[in-house]
Amino acid sequence: MNVASLSVPTVVHTAPHDPDLAEKINIRNLSFYYGEVPALKNISLPLRENKVTAFIGPSGCGKSTLLRVLNRMYDLYPNQRAEGEILLDGKDILSPQQDINLLRARIGMVFQKPTPFPMSIYENIAFGIRLYERLPKSVLDGRVESSLRRAALWDEVKDKLGANGLGLSGGQQQRLCIARTVAVKPEVILLDEPCSALDPISTAKIEELIDELKADYTIVMVTHNMQQAARVSDSTAFMYLGELIEVGSTTHMFTSPRDRRTQDYITGRFG
Amino acid sequence: MALYAARRRRNAVAMALSLAATLFGLGWLVLILGVLVWQGLSGLSLSVFTEMTPPPGSDGGLLNPIIGSLILTSLAVLIGTPVGILAGTYLAEYGRYERLSSVVRFINDILLSAPSIVVGLFVYEVMVATMGHFSGVAGAVALGIIVVPVVVRTTEDMLTLVPKELREAAAALGMPRAVVIARISYRAARAGMITGVLLALARISGETAPLLFTSLNNQFWSTDLNAPMASLPIVIFQFALSPYVEWQKLAWSGALIITASVLTLSIIARILAAPRKSS
Repeated sequence: MNVASLSVPTVVHTAPHDPDLAEKINIRNLSFYYGEVPALKNISLPLRENKVTAFIGPSGCGKSTLLRVLNRMYDLYPNQRAEGEILLDGKDILSPQQDINLLRARIGMVFQKPTPFPMSIYENIAFGIRLYERLPKSVLDGRVESSLRRAALWDEVKDKLGANGLGLSGGQQQRLCIARTVAVKPEVILLDEPCSALDPISTAKIEELIDELKADYTIVMVTHNMQQAARVSDSTAFMYLGELIEVGSTTHMFTSPRDRRTQDYITGRFG
Repeated sequence: MALYAARRRRNAVAMALSLAATLFGLGWLVLILGVLVWQGLSGLSLSVFTEMTPPPGSDGGLLNPIIGSLILTSLAVLIGTPVGILAGTYLAEYGRYERLSSVVRFINDILLSAPSIVVGLFVYEVMVATMGHFSGVAGAVALGIIVVPVVVRTTEDMLTLVPKELREAAAALGMPRAVVIARISYRAARAGMITGVLLALARISGETAPLLFTSLNNQFWSTDLNAPMASLPIVIFQFALSPYVEWQKLAWSGALIITASVLTLSIIARILAAPRKSS
């Protein structure tokens, strides 16, 4: 059965997108399967450089799956496969020739649950850097500091860099994970519901951070929280049952969605 | 209300039965430990730790079997731990979704419950018979074979407990699989894995059967791994069955020493395995 033939064509708002904006990632006709079960159906979507793109949709719509295809996280598990193309700067990352570890160095990821490694705060950051670069201690110290500053965590931890990362609060742990991701100098940062385990104040801090980070990185985030998508993203993609229903600039999506289902979802009628 | 009263009665009976069973079981344990401490302590003196096993009818100590046991068990742990940890790592990390894993896991469970005398006989056939004599190294190998399944099981269990989010987070930084395992999974599971090794050590320190056919015994001081070697369990076996009072006393002391060291190992293992406070 051809899945593509069943899907409704995605509504794409063309006008609000500035055509000059470079496309960092271009997803083309992507389908994804857990075993035989299709989770993503023929998705095509550009992700623009130095912008925040939010994936929204009800639980099980495939938004996290889509995010996890972008750094090929699914490769860790058997019986999961993707079809189609994902072009990162024009090169297909789904091709078997793609070195997965190098790909993940270019596309960093922050998870829903903060996941500091069981080691000191300093080591949490330095660990990733050492995977790619051999730096003298003083340079490494500088990189750790700048990464922590980038994640707005430096002032809170500068006196206890040797303390275990697990001792930090949830919000601090999540910023540590962002610092760790930033430290390896990726080009794209994937955020998988980064605030869903955090309190409102920590959430506000992370959102502020995302806004600052987009100057240097292309950011893709999955969120359950529509207000959050509206606050921080430039583009929003609405997904439903494994299909991309509608994508466009966030203001446009939230003020004048074209698809009935998008409208129902953002007005809180389901989801 | 009658229903409720009946339920309460049933509950009281069940509680009483459980309590009685617990006391019955614990009672024997207390009795065993009591006799052991009573008999063992009376014979325990400094000379037990400084003198060799005596000929019948004279005084002596347990120095050579103590040292022998230390050598045999440490060597066994050295042999068994790497094999066990690597196999456990395969089961929990590389081969988690492979068919081979369930086969290996099943065989490991059989090995885990195999009578240790079978292991002794196996090593006798493979090493003692071919070398033509009993030896310390054969004893260590036999004990090592007993260590393997225990360590495989605990390593696998502890690595399986490491949250998959942690592995994904490490992989998301571009860490190769081997680095994720060695630097993240092992670190997160370290306490549990060490506990497993300690429990294996506790398990083999009292094993007698596998040593009967392998390292046998040695009345004299010897650290030659190519020669028969004394060990506490074997000496206890020999001395306790002898008609000589001095030997019987030493057997009690030896039993007390083994029990005390197993207890110490278990306590250390418990402390290590206790959930650490995250602060």
